[in-house]
Amino acid sequence: MFFGLGILRGMNITLMNFIRSYTRKRGSGEIGALTTVQYPEERLPEKEKFRNFPFLIYDDKPEDLRCVACDICAQDCPPRCIYIVKETDEAGKPMKKPAVFDIDFTVCMNCGICEEVCPFDAIFMDHEFEIADSDRHDKLLYHRDDLLKTNEHFHKIRPNDGREVDTRLAEAKEAKAKKDEARKKAAEAKAAAKAKAEAEKATEAKEDKPPETEKESDPQ
Amino acid sequence: MFEKMRVKTKVIDSGKSGLDTQTLEVNVGPQHPSTHGVFRMTIVLDGEVVKSLRPVMGYLHRNHEQIAENITYSASMPYTDRLDYFNSMSNNQAWAMTVEQLAEVEIPDRAEYIRVIMSELTRLVNHVSVIGFLLNDMGAFFTPTLFAFREREKVLDVFEAVSGSRMMCNYLRFGGVNRDLTDDQLGQIKKIVADFPAFLDEFETLLAQNEIVCMRCQNVGVLPAELAINASITGPMLRASGVNYDIRKVDQYSVYDRFEFKIPLGEKGDVYDRYYVRMLEMRESLKILNQALEQIEPGPFMAPKVPACLKNPRNFKPPVGEAYGRVEAPKGELGFYVVSDGSKEPWRYHVRAPSFINLTVLEAMCIGYKLADAIVILGSIDIVLGEVDR
Repeated sequence: MFFGLGILRGMNITLMNFIRSYTRKRGSGEIGALTTVQYPEERLPEKEKFRNFPFLIYDDKPEDLRCVACDICAQDCPPRCIYIVKETDEAGKPMKKPAVFDIDFTVCMNCGICEEVCPFDAIFMDHEFEIADSDRHDKLLYHRDDLLKTNEHFHKIRPNDGREVDTRLAEAKEAKAKKDEARKKAAEAKAAAKAKAEAEKATEAKEDKPPETEKESDPQ
Repeated sequence: MFEKMRVKTKVIDSGKSGLDTQTLEVNVGPQHPSTHGVFRMTIVLDGEVVKSLRPVMGYLHRNHEQIAENITYSASMPYTDRLDYFNSMSNNQAWAMTVEQLAEVEIPDRAEYIRVIMSELTRLVNHVSVIGFLLNDMGAFFTPTLFAFREREKVLDVFEAVSGSRMMCNYLRFGGVNRDLTDDQLGQIKKIVADFPAFLDEFETLLAQNEIVCMRCQNVGVLPAELAINASITGPMLRASGVNYDIRKVDQYSVYDRFEFKIPLGEKGDVYDRYYVRMLEMRESLKILNQALEQIEPGPFMAPKVPACLKNPRNFKPPVGEAYGRVEAPKGELGFYVVSDGSKEPWRYHVRAPSFINLTVLEAMCIGYKLADAIVILGSIDIVLGEVDR
């Protein structure tokens, strides 16, 4: 073995890689195949679980978003980048709706904890990453209306999660409807029982006392 | 301040050897590509030979420990990603293990296997990148690094598909993992593991016998075993000095007792040994991965009682006490020390960062070698400034 053999062997590897970069198909995953993607023109397929910045979801109209301003995400956000103020009605009573829902994207660290802790499936992580702006104070502070996105958008970026969340919500709705119905029925039964009891009481009273109508019917 | 940062000359000692020599004080960094981040070395040089070296840290200090004492336990998880940002999965594992120890949470088998698979994949990622960067420091500009990054990207693709993010994974949870691995993803990992040895062979032929690499690395920056133990060095650096100490074997945490693997050891403790131990460790990691992928079985990926706490992290209040959890991170022993007072936030939180502690012997290794060697020695320590400065 002579001095320089190791270098030549190494150079051979470099040469082989150079040649393979032309012969093997780009992105095929084979050893030596190029993996670079010419970014703005070409894009990698998005992974479903990919997470970037949060958005607020709404079903039909932007006015009735799923968020109820419970403040859980704001309190569990590690860098505390969410700021929520509840909406109040005319009487000053807080409503289940956010009047202010601000997320500072310069602070957000894309951890996805807000999505995890939300009990109402109202906030999810988006796939949008091209949000660069020259003004970091104003433009990157996203307000409620900037954050709103439809359920269709959610289904588009994360089809499996979208289906899962929808079935979960439908089940919850059904369960709630059933519960409501049961409660309604119970209330009705209670009301009927009460009415019956009252009616019984009234009939008992009727038997004891002379009917009041007769009294009233006596004009003078 | 700006004046201090610039390279300055100062007469400290002259005329000792009879020749008209003077020592130079040179600041390398903090903005220097070979310092692997914002790290500064104040080096006193006599000619080209290092006389003394003072590391200056703290440019990337983010108050990590204090932040963690003011947020809930589970909210610290994404912050641990940002310690050693090459190995977020093993950082997650160390933190999760600490809290599980504190709260006495049992972890299902599948979750343990997923954790092992993920942390061994990060070891592959870390070691290929650090070898690439070491060669960069030696002047093989970016060819080895890009070969390494090509393979690293395949692993990061898996991380992205599994956890949602390439580097800031935030994947592990107390009591298990965030979501299950699908068969698709397991197949992807199997393919990576099957392809990796061919790449490693190629990578080894590229470098291990290269005369220039041997001349630059062998007998440079020797770290004696005694000094390594005294300075509590851990990880591949300690093993390159010939000390058989690997927490995977010592503690047998997680399911590491179920796998057969060896601990590669160096002889001299020079830069070449540190490079070659990492190379061998990757092969052992592949062995572990192969066994783990074979043994993994379907089952729950989360302890049954924990999710309720995770849905509302402010309800997660571990009992009063303290815990120290440690793992064999790719850079060494990564430990978290946490003291709980029974509230939702840790009372005390401390990170034992391997990069920081391994950096303490830098001066002892560099004295007597040339400035260009000091750069290579720093590269062989494998530091990440996110972890050094925290």
